[in-house]
Amino acid sequence: MLGRMTLADVAILDSPIIMAAGVFMALVVAAIVGTITYTKSWVYLWKEWITSVDHKKIGIMYIIVAIVMLLRGFSDAIMMRAQQAMAYGGHAGYLPPHHYDQIFTAHGTIMIFFMAMPFMIGLMNIAVPLQIGARDVAFPFLNSFSFWMTAVGAILVNVSLVLGEFGQTGWLAYPPLSELKFSPGVGVDYYIWSLQLTGLGTLLTGVNFFVTIVKMRAPGMTWMRIPIFTWTILCTAILIMAAFPILTVTFGMLSLDRYLGMHFFTNELGGNQMMYVNLIWAWGHPEVYILILPAFGVFSEVVPTFSQKRLFGYKAMVYATVCITFLSFVVWLHHFFTMGSSANVNAFFGITTMIISIPTGVKIFNWLFTMYRGRIQYTSMMLWTMGFMVTFVIGGMTGVMLALPGNDWVLHNSLFLIAHFHNVIIGGVFFGYMAGLTYWFPKATGFKLNDSWGKASFWFWLTGFYVAFMPLYVLGFLGMTRRMNHYDNPQWTPYLWIAAFGALIIAAGIACTVIGLVVSIRQRHLPQNQDVTGDPWNGRTIEWSTSSPPPFYNFAVLPHVDALDAFNETKKRGLEARETPVYSDIHMPRNTPAGFIMSVAAGIVGFALIWHIWWLAIIGMLGVVGTFIVRSCNDDIDYYVPAAEVARIEGLHNARVAQLELTHVA
Amino acid sequence: MDHPALHGHSHKTHIEGSGGAGHAGYGAYGVGFALSVILTVAAFYPVMVPGTLPAGWIAPLIATLAVVQIFVHLVCFLHMSAGSEQRWNVTAFGFALLVVFILIGGSLWIMRSMSQGMADPDVPAVATQGHGNMSGGNMNGM
Repeated sequence: MLGRMTLADVAILDSPIIMAAGVFMALVVAAIVGTITYTKSWVYLWKEWITSVDHKKIGIMYIIVAIVMLLRGFSDAIMMRAQQAMAYGGHAGYLPPHHYDQIFTAHGTIMIFFMAMPFMIGLMNIAVPLQIGARDVAFPFLNSFSFWMTAVGAILVNVSLVLGEFGQTGWLAYPPLSELKFSPGVGVDYYIWSLQLTGLGTLLTGVNFFVTIVKMRAPGMTWMRIPIFTWTILCTAILIMAAFPILTVTFGMLSLDRYLGMHFFTNELGGNQMMYVNLIWAWGHPEVYILILPAFGVFSEVVPTFSQKRLFGYKAMVYATVCITFLSFVVWLHHFFTMGSSANVNAFFGITTMIISIPTGVKIFNWLFTMYRGRIQYTSMMLWTMGFMVTFVIGGMTGVMLALPGNDWVLHNSLFLIAHFHNVIIGGVFFGYMAGLTYWFPKATGFKLNDSWGKASFWFWLTGFYVAFMPLYVLGFLGMTRRMNHYDNPQWTPYLWIAAFGALIIAAGIACTVIGLVVSIRQRHLPQNQDVTGDPWNGRTIEWSTSSPPPFYNFAVLPHVDALDAFNETKKRGLEARETPVYSDIHMPRNTPAGFIMSVAAGIVGFALIWHIWWLAIIGMLGVVGTFIVRSCNDDIDYYVPAAEVARIEGLHNARVAQLELTHVA
Repeated sequence: MDHPALHGHSHKTHIEGSGGAGHAGYGAYGVGFALSVILTVAAFYPVMVPGTLPAGWIAPLIATLAVVQIFVHLVCFLHMSAGSEQRWNVTAFGFALLVVFILIGGSLWIMRSMSQGMADPDVPAVATQGHGNMSGGNMNGM
């Protein structure tokens, strides 16, 4: 009836740490459910958020998932740092190996798939349709489905905490360790199915945004007038479409090994586990560029805005982005130089890896020259950007060091590697997303984030990063390998204590972000925090030409783009030269619960497959397919907002702006 | 649904108007079907009737026929052509070819290099050759 689930699988019973985590999660869920019930918000939540196909709301929900999962992933990080600081010589530390292994697996999986990816997709959801002057994405229902698949995947990961276990294989689940013979439990299955669900959502997002950017740009927005952030998202979408099917297929083959006794990656019967490593990195390397390109895009928006001049070398930036997109697909072997390919193969991938630093260097110089003789406003966004430039260059250099196969043979799987990729992912990806969050927050919500807390967060993150990860470079040279539960070398201990202290500084940074969010939400009505004009930063691209938050149809009258940085050009010509707008009917998609229902059903399928509850898997699958058929037969998926209604909404908005401006003057 | 105010920004018009499949009538399907049958039979025949062709030719022949058949399907069933409204379809196809070339070509190169590197130098050459073939066979199975 319940497959292979037994009472013993309720993991909270056997470990105080997991019990505490489980109780904490239960309390949080209870608090949320209680608050929603108390404020009678269930209907509102269902109508306005859960069934919404509005890209702005979906973007906000993505970022909420990312921030929640950031907290989860970071608590894993701080537990690892604490364990390694303690577990020297005769001390075993406080985490038994099987628990510690789950934690480092969950940390990597969560931070990449459920923190960085939703954060990035959230930012692109909020910004891209506005930047290109579209009313929504090309496939709004698909967008809702993508989000809920990601959310359900995240929920599955968290369920594994209390029910069963998570993988103990490292974040990429290399076979043969991840095969049934060595991982007979449900951990790897949780890993596979949570990532299959979110991976499908991501793939569909890639398709969605590719079509959106190609087909739905405002009139006049030629290729060389597309804002840089949107360019980077276009390239990211292309990489997603190319890379994510590989992930799905690779996990599919691993599932066949585990469920149907096949032997793609086993040691027996002609299987070859190295093929898994090859395939997973053919996805994995494009993936890191899927993450970093949007961050580059954010910096390319932030630097011109806060330097108050146009981006230096727009075209060079576009071509560099396209070059990186292509090159990122031909470097994957550098993740397994030591696997035993010939010198020719290693040299080829080593050289392509080094070449990729050239377009990246071009970008760094473009940002520097944009800042040169600009009137720089040192907002928290600018701080994140400058912190990025220094930190990312260091991370890039250690990357080029690792790109030399000879070096890599010494440093492979050492803490040097760990320091390197945290250097580029924290210093590049995360700093970029934080800048992007602060930058587009007023656009999405109508009020600004508190910049003092933002700056505090930045300084804690920056110092915390260096204190936590520079010792790891040293430890790598001292020969410490990754994922150690216990060690005997006394030389390592001081560095691990410093690194643990660095993690605490980062914790302060995260606390500042959370406090900053709370403070900003509480003080949102203060006049200085309100974004009345829709253009709080004196922005240059057309997302700043509509109100904040934009009406659900984004633009009352679609903008006509006749230049790069079109909104800046409009402002130069004089904003008020615009004649009275003529409104017309607007075609919009209807909200639908189908995406939510299909994702929940898919989550049930995943859960049932993890526990081998076959009847439930069939019911879940029927739910997915049935909902999809019902949805496909529904012709009533769109409607028109009458011109009069548009005029009414715009009138209300204008009246509110006029009143707020009066209050400002008073 | 006769609204003048679409500005070409309806989702529906976008998708339908974006140059998907042309409608070439049934003729193309008939030709495609006939060609597919011929190509399939041509692939099966030398395998089912031993002696038609030297053994070494069969695998390359099947691979070639498979590639030809892919193009038959693309042109006759999916209506891919060089026409201007087909530009995105052709671009997408080119993209797919590039990805296939990089991924499959790269994987074959990497895995073959690795299995050669792992061949035991003490084993006589004939046996090593056999080992290499076996690994090659596995890779094809992937």
